[in-house]
Amino acid sequence: MEQVREIPCHEITETVRRLFIAANTELPPDLLKAIRDAREAETSSVACSILDQILDNADVARRESLPLCQDTGLAVVFAEIGQDVHVVGGDFSLAIREGVRQAYRDGYLRKSLCDPLSRANTGDNTPAILHTEIVPGDQIRIIAVPKGGGSENMSGVSMLLPAAGWEGIRQHILQKVAQGAANACAPVLVGLGIGGAMETAVVLARRALLRTIGDPNGSDERLRDLERVLLADINALGIGPQGLGGRTTALAVHVEMAPCHIASLPVAFQLQCHAVRHMEAIL
Amino acid sequence: MMQASVISLRTPLTADVCRELSAGDRVLLSGSVLTARDAAHRRFADTLRRGGRLPVSLQDETIFYAAPTPTPPGRVIGSIGPTTSGRMDPYTTALLGAGLRGMIGKGRRSPEVVEAIRKRQGVYFAATGGVAAVTSRCIRSVSLLAYEDLGPEAVLRLEIVNFPLIVVNDACGGDLYEMVLKIARTND
Repeated sequence: MEQVREIPCHEITETVRRLFIAANTELPPDLLKAIRDAREAETSSVACSILDQILDNADVARRESLPLCQDTGLAVVFAEIGQDVHVVGGDFSLAIREGVRQAYRDGYLRKSLCDPLSRANTGDNTPAILHTEIVPGDQIRIIAVPKGGGSENMSGVSMLLPAAGWEGIRQHILQKVAQGAANACAPVLVGLGIGGAMETAVVLARRALLRTIGDPNGSDERLRDLERVLLADINALGIGPQGLGGRTTALAVHVEMAPCHIASLPVAFQLQCHAVRHMEAIL
Repeated sequence: MMQASVISLRTPLTADVCRELSAGDRVLLSGSVLTARDAAHRRFADTLRRGGRLPVSLQDETIFYAAPTPTPPGRVIGSIGPTTSGRMDPYTTALLGAGLRGMIGKGRRSPEVVEAIRKRQGVYFAATGGVAAVTSRCIRSVSLLAYEDLGPEAVLRLEIVNFPLIVVNDACGGDLYEMVLKIARTND
């Protein structure tokens, strides 16, 4: 029998607290590189000025520990829990929730969660949106993803006809990007989840955004082609940073895929704003 | 289409000032603006529908669609930046009718709002989204005006200096995002 490793809840809470504060103030290095590269390639003065503001903002936010964006997001958490872990000293979900509550209080982060109908603010940015997965091993991997509302509203899932095929998906995504890029704070990162059941597609699209920016899909040659072609098509639209014209409408397209029903072609797309915020830790 | 020069403006924005602005103009705005977003708009519109009095006069006012992060100790304000303006579209015609002149946000407006801005001889500016740490440096003072119970969505009075904006919808019905998309379609 495998040795069971104990992880106390207070460590989980403290980790979640730290990750959400850090994720809201520091952009990942791969994203900064992608924006610098985009700045080099831009020719329009408005586009250059916006990309300069984004780089300047990342610098100020990091140095002064200020949130990068006033929308510090819903607190989305991906937790991969090793099957040989025993969580002790409390309730796992509540430990995550407490970490979120403390991060948004202590980090001066905006509380952006409300009742869907009355629109009354929940006051502490909880509950968290928690995705758990049981994996081999005796560790817990926690990924904190502050998810802003503006780009979330430009995302969605569509059940296409299987006859649509790749060309149908391409047209569909180009249309969604053209409609949504200005609202979604372009340059965007496009996450596509193709296949599975409806909810699989959505989670695939979300997870696709966590991949290192510009790293091609590691498992499927066809998807690597789709990513390259779609990125070129999107940037040929000329929509540009903030929808004000330019070459950089998307920084990258990340596609993930899973088998789907013979009757279906689920396609989830996530237009992620240029603040691709996520931070992770392993316990 | 884009003009390289930057126009310095002060609030209050009047019809005369707005008539001089064209979609694509880059502006540095100084003076006084209000913040209001989803929940405050709903209350403004409900009050107007009932024939009530707004907690603040909107005459020649400029509304910044924004809700800042909490103010850390020793700072004027937390991070602040534009939210998506389209969500305010259902309320905007009523607010323009109550005297509103300028709006600051990000993203596209409905055809009805574009027309209402033209009729009002008003203006809609885009600010850069997602650069809220830098934008907070343009804010020199903050005071609470109304709806404190809305928390981050309360209505604030901000004194701003050289806030960089771009004119999206002008008093002639011009629409910068449409101009960009038209070029995009031509290239397709």
